[in-house]
Amino acid sequence: MTGVSARTERTGFVPRVLIVPAVLGLGLLILPLGALVLRVEWSTLWSDVTSPQALAALGLSLLTGAIATAVCVVLGVPLALLIARSGDRAAGALRALVTVPLVLPPMVGGVAMLFLFGRTSWLGGALAEWGIRIPFTTTAVVLAQTFVALPFLVLALEGSLRATGTGYEQAAAGLGAGRWTILARVTLPLAAPGLVAGIVLCFARAIGEFGATALFAGNAPGVTQTMPLAIYTAFNGAGVSQGTAVALSLLLLVTAVGVLLLVRAWRVETPR
Amino acid sequence: MSRVDAVTPGDPADLDARVVVRRGGFVLDAELRAGTGEVVALMGPSGAGKSTLLGVLAGLTGFDEGAVRLHGRTLDDGPGRRTPPSARGVVLLGQDPRLFPHLTARENVAFGLRVRGATKAAADEGAADWLRRVGLEDHGGRRPAKLSGGQQQRVALARALATAPAAILLDEPLTSLDTETAGDVRALLHRQLAETRTTAIVATHDAVDAVALASRLVVLEDGRVTQAGPVRDVLAAPATRFAAAVAGLNRVVGRVDAGHWRAGGLVLPVTEAAASLVLAGELAAVFGPAEVRIIDTAAGRPGEWAARIVRLEQTPAGVRVRTADPDVAVDLPASRAAGWEPGTTLTLAVDPAAVRFFVV
Repeated sequence: MTGVSARTERTGFVPRVLIVPAVLGLGLLILPLGALVLRVEWSTLWSDVTSPQALAALGLSLLTGAIATAVCVVLGVPLALLIARSGDRAAGALRALVTVPLVLPPMVGGVAMLFLFGRTSWLGGALAEWGIRIPFTTTAVVLAQTFVALPFLVLALEGSLRATGTGYEQAAAGLGAGRWTILARVTLPLAAPGLVAGIVLCFARAIGEFGATALFAGNAPGVTQTMPLAIYTAFNGAGVSQGTAVALSLLLLVTAVGVLLLVRAWRVETPR
Repeated sequence: MSRVDAVTPGDPADLDARVVVRRGGFVLDAELRAGTGEVVALMGPSGAGKSTLLGVLAGLTGFDEGAVRLHGRTLDDGPGRRTPPSARGVVLLGQDPRLFPHLTARENVAFGLRVRGATKAAADEGAADWLRRVGLEDHGGRRPAKLSGGQQQRVALARALATAPAAILLDEPLTSLDTETAGDVRALLHRQLAETRTTAIVATHDAVDAVALASRLVVLEDGRVTQAGPVRDVLAAPATRFAAAVAGLNRVVGRVDAGHWRAGGLVLPVTEAAASLVLAGELAAVFGPAEVRIIDTAAGRPGEWAARIVRLEQTPAGVRVRTADPDVAVDLPASRAAGWEPGTTLTLAVDPAAVRFFVV
C-alpha cells in the first residue's frame, strides 16, 4: 500500500479522466510539427537551408531577436519592478496596459507603429528632419519584435518579483546595502527564475514575430526579411517550391529548440 | 504622552526615541530609551504597536511625529528628515530570519561585511569567525533551506552582529522555535549581546525572554507605554492586567472603604501602609494563582469568598480555574476539579498576608 500512497502524494487527487484532454492538447501541439517534418524533401534540404537567402534570413532573425531581447531586458526589468512595487490599483492598471499588445493581432501593432514613426506623424516627421527613417529598416524589425515580446518578459518577471516580496530587501538594507547593491545581489538573483522564463519567452516571441514586422518593416531580403517572412515568401511566392518553405521552417524549429536547450542548461537553480 | 525614564538623568541614553504613528483609529505614542549595551524587553498584547515601533526604529516604517537618536547621532528628526535603513546601523531580526535563500550561510553572514567594503577574503574570514561564535562552523557551505529553524536564526544573528550594529532589534525571534531550540538560541543571544555590548530591544510575548535577556522591561499597551522599569520589579508589581498576566499573577482592582478593600465578593483588610497608596478610593490587589486555596465551608475569616466558575483551562500542572466577580485565576490540581463546570460555585480563600497592594 505504500506504493499507492507514495504515488498519491505526488499526483494528488486530480480527476483521472482529465488525461484525455491533456493528451489531445499535447497532440495538437506536436502532431502539426510531425506533419511538417514528414513533408521535408531531404534531397534538397541542405541546399535549401544553406542558400544565401535562407542564411541571411536566419542571421537577421537571430541578430534582431537578440537585440530585441536585450532591449526588452533593459526596459522590461525596470517596468516589471515598477509594477511589482506599485499599489494594487496602479499595478492592475499598469498590468492591463502591458497586456494590450498580447491581445492585439500583431498586424494592428505594425500599423500603429507605422502611424507613430511614419513621415506623416509628428514623431516620424521630427526624426526625418534629423535624417532618421525608421519604417522599413532593420531598426523597425527590432522595434516590432520588442513591441510584441516585451509583455512576456514584464509579466513573467513581475509575478516573480511580487511573489518574493520586499522582506529580503529590507533585511539587506538593514545590513547596510544600498539600493543598487540590493538590486544586483538580492532582488534580481531571487527573481532569476522569472527573469530567465521571461527572456526565453521574449526571445521565442521575437524570432517568431511576423505580422507587425511585415507591415512596419516590410520584406526586404537581407534588411528586414526575417525567417518567418522568408518562410511566408517561399510558401506564397512566385516560382519557389513549397519545399523551400518547409526546409526553412525546419531550420527555424531547430534553431528555436536549440536556443531553449541552451538557456535551460545555463539556467541557475535557485533554491527557495 | 507616556514616558519611560529608567536611564538616570544626565546619563546620555544610547537609544532615545520618541515616536508617534497614527494609523486610522490606532495611535502609537511611545518613548523608548536604552543605555549603551543595554537590553530592553518590549512586551505587550498583539496589536499594541510593538512591531510598528521596531519598524520605525529600523527606518522601515513611517511615523507622524517624533525623533530617534542613537549612539550620538540623530537618525530621525521628524517624519521628513530620516536616515535610510542602510545608513542607520540598526538591524531588525524578526521571527522569520530572512536569510537570503540564494546564498550559503557563510555568504549570508559575509553579505553585511561585503557591502561595508570588506574584501572578499576578509568578509569570508569574518563570516567564518561569526559562524564559529554561533556554533555553526561546519554549516557555512549550506543554503538556508538545508538548515533547521534554530540554525537559521543563529545564522541570522551572526549576520546581524557581524556588521557591529549600533543597535539590534529583535521582534519575537524565538517564537517559531520549539521550546528546547528556543532555550539554546536564547542563551546564545544573551551571551553574544553581552559580549558585543550591543544595545538591543527585544519584543517578546514570553516573560522568560524578558527575564533571561533584558535588564529593563517596557510594557506597551494599545500604543502607549503603561509600565517600565527593571524586569523583575515590573513583574513583581504589575501595573496593568496585561502585565499581571505576563507575570502569572492576579491583579484585581477594588474599592477601599473603612479599612477594607472590596472587589465583588472578596474583602481584605488594608494595612496602614497600603491605605496611604489609595487613589480615588481604589487599590490594586496582586497575588499569585497558587496563593488561592479551595475550602469546604466558609468560616467567615477575611480573604474568603464564594466564586462562580466561568472557565476551566487544562494546564500541564493541573487546572486553571477562572472565576467571575472578581475575575481571578486559581491553579488547582486536576484531581480537585472533577465534576466542576462553568457555573459551579466554589468557596475560595486567599491569605491576606500573601496579597500585596499597589496604586491603581
